[in-house]
Amino acid sequence: MSFRQALESGKFLVTAEVGPGKGTEVEHLLKDADIIKDRVDAINVTDLQSSVMRLGSMAVCHMLTDMGIDPVFQVTCRDRNRLALQSDLLSGWALGIRNVLALTGDHPSMGDHPNAKPVFDLDSVTLLEMIGTLNSGKDMSGNELNGTPDFLPGAVVNPGADNEAALDLQIMKMEKKIEAGAKFFQTQGVYDLDAFEKFMKRVEGLNTKVLVGIILLKSVGMARYMNKNVAGVFVPEPLIQELKAAEDKAQASMNMAIRLIKGAKDLCDGVHIMALGWESKIPPIMDEIGL
Amino acid sequence: MIIAEQKALPEIQDMVSSYRKILIVGCGTCMTFCSAGGPEEVNKLANELVAENKDMVIDKTTTPRQCTEKFIDRLKDKVGDYEAILSMACGNGVQAVASRFPDKPVLPALNTQFIGVEKEKGVWTENCLACGDCILWRTGGVCPVTRCAKSLLNGACGGASEGNCEVSKDRPCAWQEIYHALKRLNMLHYLKGKPQVKDWPVHPGRVVREDLREIEATRVD
Ligand code: SF4
Ligand code: SF4
Repeated sequence: MSFRQALESGKFLVTAEVGPGKGTEVEHLLKDADIIKDRVDAINVTDLQSSVMRLGSMAVCHMLTDMGIDPVFQVTCRDRNRLALQSDLLSGWALGIRNVLALTGDHPSMGDHPNAKPVFDLDSVTLLEMIGTLNSGKDMSGNELNGTPDFLPGAVVNPGADNEAALDLQIMKMEKKIEAGAKFFQTQGVYDLDAFEKFMKRVEGLNTKVLVGIILLKSVGMARYMNKNVAGVFVPEPLIQELKAAEDKAQASMNMAIRLIKGAKDLCDGVHIMALGWESKIPPIMDEIGL
Repeated sequence: MIIAEQKALPEIQDMVSSYRKILIVGCGTCMTFCSAGGPEEVNKLANELVAENKDMVIDKTTTPRQCTEKFIDRLKDKVGDYEAILSMACGNGVQAVASRFPDKPVLPALNTQFIGVEKEKGVWTENCLACGDCILWRTGGVCPVTRCAKSLLNGACGGASEGNCEVSKDRPCAWQEIYHALKRLNMLHYLKGKPQVKDWPVHPGRVVREDLREIEATRVD
């Protein structure tokens, strides 16, 4: 079943993600993808995540399609103007990519080439509009395409925005993204179910699918790092203490993920698991939840 | 106004090292107000250069503005006496002077930063990228093209933290500022407007005012 079919079927969706590394080595990543391939509806491939120069998303997406996996091509607006974005989308379609996650992207100054020229010719909203335009057989200037894609576009939302203005802005943008064609949302990592429930209440009437983001917590250090440096991610102190006290950290982290997903299952339409190299933990987590 | 900062002294010394007689020209408008190239800074720079090189002859002057032809013209009887002009204007002024005196090396003593304001004593912030299509009426008087690190036109990214932009804790998130401004003005509905794609202008810019050109062409002196 393709990701689109899964989405339209109304089932509880499960997606995961892999991040290409710096260099041409792909064996590890493909092995990680292989472990979960029969348990997920799609696998995202990140696009120079955190503005760090790496192997590209399109090539890895294509490799995943060769393995029978339906990839989600993450596309940011950071590095390409509207010419390059449209061309890359057409190229991706020609290589078998069917799903796109439209992102604004981090600023280059966050990454390992901090003085690179930021592009941001489009943003997540106008990228989504552009995907709709390509799907309709035209480019952004209104020229006819010879051969038309039919992408399934998605987007992200950050339910953990840390003040009222930020959260209102997130929700307004989410509405714009839906209007611009986003058919699904994957959220930033969620650790606080109460806050997530409140967020889902606010977006209740919106006609879209929300996949709750779950980042496997690999260490206490990682939790503290994210709390300090990753916007919208907040790991509550009791979770950090639970991990600290645990003898088997991996098991404790899996237990946390299981609890979070079980708790979120009735609030939203799916889960997006960011395992960060712990892909082998995904099947047992899903067994436990019964997915 | 235009905001600039003086270059580090070694770079300026390097630029002027092959000349024995130079004229430092300050600018009486923006560069005076941002304390980068007014009469005070002209004096200070001249003293520093002479301190490093006693043989150098340095004269000083400040024009009311270096980007306006009639003020640049005031220098015309002077420049012949010097091997080079060290300009303490913004990049615009440097080029205007260079094009008026094409046979003279005109050297920049400043690094031009941006169009902005003095936020507090000694702190300047950027406000306008001169993008050619002003949208401030829809954004509560806060420019997202300039003050959002990604020049986003259709709302905030997800990167802000504690009200600040993801790029730095000393820069407020422009979209949160826009949000607060529009809320104050009862204009939050502007945030829900149709998504905008920016038409970027072709550089170098050129403004032609036919009305003024016609008046000029028909003028009988
Ligand atoms: S929108 Fe911003 S950059 Fe453009 S003219 Fe107005 S203030 Fe300047
Ligand atoms: S944090 Fe705010 S100012 Fe910074 S890039 Fe995002 S929307 Fe723009």
